[in-house]
Amino acid sequence: MKAYDIVIIGGGPAGLAAAVAAKKSGVDSILILERDKELGGILNQCIHNGFGLHTFKEELTGPEYAARFIDQVKELGIEYRLHTMVMDISHDKVVTAMNREDGMFTIPAKAVILAMGCRERSRGALNIPGYRPAGIYSAGTAQRLVNREGFMPGREVVILGSGDIGLIMARRMTFEGAKVKVVAELMPYSGGLKRNIVQCLNDYDIPLKLSHTVVDIRGKERLTGVTIAQVDGKGKPIPGTEEDYDCDTLLLSCGLIPENELSRDAGVEMSPVTSGPIVNESLETSIDGVFACGNVLHVHDLVDFVSEEAGAAGRNAAAFVKGERSADAGRVIQMNPIEGVRYTVPSKIHPDQMDDSLTVRFRVGGVYKNCYISVYFDDERVIHRKRPVVAPGEMEEIRLEKAKLQSCPDLKTITVKIEEA
Amino acid sequence: MDKRELICIGCPLGCPLVVTMEAGEVVSVEGNTCKRGDTYARKEVTNPTRIVTSTVMVEGGSDVTVAVKTQTDVPKAKIFECMKALKGVTVKAPVHIGDVIVANVADTGVDFVATSNVE
Repeated sequence: MKAYDIVIIGGGPAGLAAAVAAKKSGVDSILILERDKELGGILNQCIHNGFGLHTFKEELTGPEYAARFIDQVKELGIEYRLHTMVMDISHDKVVTAMNREDGMFTIPAKAVILAMGCRERSRGALNIPGYRPAGIYSAGTAQRLVNREGFMPGREVVILGSGDIGLIMARRMTFEGAKVKVVAELMPYSGGLKRNIVQCLNDYDIPLKLSHTVVDIRGKERLTGVTIAQVDGKGKPIPGTEEDYDCDTLLLSCGLIPENELSRDAGVEMSPVTSGPIVNESLETSIDGVFACGNVLHVHDLVDFVSEEAGAAGRNAAAFVKGERSADAGRVIQMNPIEGVRYTVPSKIHPDQMDDSLTVRFRVGGVYKNCYISVYFDDERVIHRKRPVVAPGEMEEIRLEKAKLQSCPDLKTITVKIEEA
Repeated sequence: MDKRELICIGCPLGCPLVVTMEAGEVVSVEGNTCKRGDTYARKEVTNPTRIVTSTVMVEGGSDVTVAVKTQTDVPKAKIFECMKALKGVTVKAPVHIGDVIVANVADTGVDFVATSNVE
């Protein structure tokens, strides 16, 4: 099989934006590999509005947002293959893939961009006790059934987990005539965006029970009901707080996990916090010329930020292929997320290789009110930004300027932390 | 003076807004970080509106459903009337983004338009 300069694994929002940026940076030999029957990834089933305010300055639905990038990919003549499953990426960047037309084949690449996205945490991973009847779906599966396949999974619904897809599906199922009885969230705060609590739950009087979880599932063939109980500070159900709900459907919206089997097998160094690759300022993994972006790197709230990040990965991959980067990346500054900050992307920075301005994104580990996001260059505090509230469900960011990092030749560590007022 | 606290739904940032009202009139909006927040707050306390998104079935296409939205926002109180107007609607492929699926839905003056392509 033909060799390509850049092979992109995944044709969702990250893969599309990376491809467009790489092409615009002057690389012509690009191939996108997508396992589904069409480009666009998860956006195709996200029919709700609210996408694109940052990227296009207008409010689009998921399929419309995807179409903007798909049109660009087609106009730019970027090659892509659908129905194609990538099986392996070797350490020297040979991609092994298969589809029904070509069988199994290999593609040597100069650079690889990982854009495989993420998948939902399943019932098995949640260890919910009870029977195993039909009627239990991940929220995204239900979303696909309703929006793409035209099926209703059920009529009386309980949702466990307050992730964004669960909230969106609470509204969607209500629109289609189902009764959503309750959304239970194990944590004392929601994992979803505030706007989705307002426009998906509050608008339709759907109760959100924080610090609650499902402790029993009933039904032999089809789900007949669940029991929900309050949990203590350690997430343990409190006896005596159980409430029974009759329902035929349980949706799970309990977190997303980057899909990194290919990355791990390729030998890419992984972060135990994000379950994504560890990357530098160029979004390059521990393997030279292998880049990562989008939800495979860390789970995002906004597709706009995925597109932005993927654009950077595409440009950096193009620079790598064209030999524009010097062989010596220069000194390294370590990012050090502590005290409330769970991780940063990137996790290390070569100041000589970075863009003039670099966005560092991170999530916090809990809800903090009236706090400061603080950044220290070694022991010196350089950013001290007041925030009324920060929460794990909303990604945060700071910006670092190249000129400033270059003016600190001895800088070893940049610490990001939450400081209480 | 009456103060109402809202969360802006204009974009996923979800800015916390405080609207100050006097005799049913908006006096001020605080907490917004862009113009959308101001517009949203003024509307939300006087005439709340939403964009409604859903799907309808397609015959003879590459997909069995096509996604639709109200071209602009409609009064919140009319959401379920809008949904009812889609019941039983089936369109023939091909359908393209922007095609009108149901015109003047629930007498709002707003059309349901396609938001995905089905060939």
